Amino acid sequence: MTDAYVRVDDLRVAFPTEDGTVRAVDGVTFSVDRGQTLAIVGESGSGKSVTSQALMGLVNARNAQVSGHAWVGDNELISASDDQLRKLRGSVMSMIFQDPFASLHPFYRIGDQLGEAVRVHNKLSKDEARKRVIDMLERVGIPNPERRVDDYPHQLSGGMRQRVMIAMALINGPALLIADEPTTALDVTVQAQIMELLAELQKQYNTAIILITHDLGVVADVADEVAVMYAGRLVERGSLEDIFYSPQMPYTVGLLSSVPRLDAVTERLTPIAGQPPSLINLPPGCVFEPRCNAAHLVGGDRCQTERPELLTITPTHSVRCHLEMAQREQFATESLAAALGVPGDES
Amino acid sequence: MTPYVIRRLLTGLLILVLLSMFTFLLFNALPADPAALTCGKSCSPQTIAANRVRLGLDLPLWQQYWEFVKGFFLGRTYGSGTATFTCPAPALGYSFRKGECVTQLIVSVLPVTIYLAVGAFILWIIPGVLLGIYSALRRDRWQERVVMGTALIGYSFPSFFIGLLLLFFIVIKWQLLPYPDYTPPQSDPVQFLQTMILPWITLALLFAAFYIRLTRNQMLETLGEDYIRTARAKGLPEKVVIGKHGLRAGLTPIVTAAGLDLAGLLGGAIIVESVFTLPGLGRLALQSVLEADLPIITGTVLVAGFFIVVANIIVDLLYAVIDPRVRLS
Repeated sequence: MTDAYVRVDDLRVAFPTEDGTVRAVDGVTFSVDRGQTLAIVGESGSGKSVTSQALMGLVNARNAQVSGHAWVGDNELISASDDQLRKLRGSVMSMIFQDPFASLHPFYRIGDQLGEAVRVHNKLSKDEARKRVIDMLERVGIPNPERRVDDYPHQLSGGMRQRVMIAMALINGPALLIADEPTTALDVTVQAQIMELLAELQKQYNTAIILITHDLGVVADVADEVAVMYAGRLVERGSLEDIFYSPQMPYTVGLLSSVPRLDAVTERLTPIAGQPPSLINLPPGCVFEPRCNAAHLVGGDRCQTERPELLTITPTHSVRCHLEMAQREQFATESLAAALGVPGDES
Repeated sequence: MTPYVIRRLLTGLLILVLLSMFTFLLFNALPADPAALTCGKSCSPQTIAANRVRLGLDLPLWQQYWEFVKGFFLGRTYGSGTATFTCPAPALGYSFRKGECVTQLIVSVLPVTIYLAVGAFILWIIPGVLLGIYSALRRDRWQERVVMGTALIGYSFPSFFIGLLLLFFIVIKWQLLPYPDYTPPQSDPVQFLQTMILPWITLALLFAAFYIRLTRNQMLETLGEDYIRTARAKGLPEKVVIGKHGLRAGLTPIVTAAGLDLAGLLGGAIIVESVFTLPGLGRLALQSVLEADLPIITGTVLVAGFFIVVANIIVDLLYAVIDPRVRLS
């Protein structure tokens, strides 16, 4: 285990249902240091949002079984009581969400909503809290913060609302910020501004950011490290360069191939065939095997019967795959070339 | 905010005018001849004709309506010469059967209905909303099932059945209360309470059941909203998350329902008033329908409509106070 500020070790979240147990997160391990950004990438249902909610203590304890360990600094999150977690939320760790339209309470002024976040963790008068709110609104780039502080959420644009959410998340200077698809609901032009703002504030506050996204373009811009999740488990983890320039796992390769690119020669996108598996009846072998184009390269039926371990291939890079190193690299090169439609590679 | 209030008041007024026209037309379109109904079976054609003139029923319809509106604002004198009688403003007509002005009749029975409606309202809204919140917070546990099951039973019984059941057991069989005999609270408060308690409970049971379900569903919906998750992510204590962020949004539709239900009851609780022989607006309306006493029917419909329109305005204004999106758009 590293001595990073945020450490997650073998995190598991299971939801018992009438049809069986849904293993939404199945043994996830990662770490992020202050000032660093870890991007967790994966498609819908891969467990990335549940992972973040489990860290925040926002999964309903009545419906979910959470196990493993997670530390933010010296605070262990998984065994913490509800009240301990509540005190950490919004002060030591905070979160911004996908939809800024629905994430702010429509009936309260934004100043009151931010002030509440300040005053629940600090002994401040209403006036002092208000000053801090106005200062924070200015930092996130809200023009006229003295006036805007009394606005209701519906009077702000989507980008402004997400800035307010960011202000709310960072107002107590948390060590960890979890951003769950922070730009998905926004216009493309606004997306870039929001990501820039996050990067800037990250420097100011020296915050560790866990960025949950399915947008590899955003990942390429801001991430230091990338963790790829599939069906509740990490299938590949590495530095930004590792993942983008030498992807090892066929699923990561598939994700990269399906990103629309301006420099591609082919006009069609290359999607990954098939659907993610049901989290109730996971395949006994590799969870990606039913959709994997490279499974036939592995001898016998290992992919169908044997769960691959997370292999460390370089100090920064690990992957969960039965393919040999050379096979993985050849598969990645060929697939990405085909997706780009590089001439000469088409036979 | 002020333009909104003015706009809302003007619309309310317009609706009341339209309602009065509509009620007036409807009852004049009925096959019953109001003049023939003024003096029972032994009426001679001459008396009917005379009464027709005295009531102004010989005038064209628009003029009748005009007289009605004028009478409402200025008072109205029926007949001519020596045999006249006057209803002071706001006059809603004159009932030959009762020999009284409609307004005075309604005013004399209205307090009973107001006591009934307001008392029942207090008895249902508090437990209804509290139990609704409680079962939302105890979702999928036995507590929720008990509350919701009981509410369903309460909701399934018609009010006359609950009323008769209470009357039979509590008054007749166990003799815990005397037989209902309405007395105004100022003359005998004990007897007033003894009479009103069962009608209050009857109405409250029925409505509380509805409000438990409504509140529970509203709260569950609200507690699933993203801004509730935001409130938790801020580190707010659970009682603030639910008691402030949840309730404020979840209770808004309940304000609407409560305002309209109260107004509906103020227009007369026909069944409950009949079961417990309370001399209220509902019973007056029922009697007038059975006796085809058209002026009273018109009057009671207008009063009931008035309550609904006023409640609508109040609810809309409350809505604007609660929800800034209504206020500012």
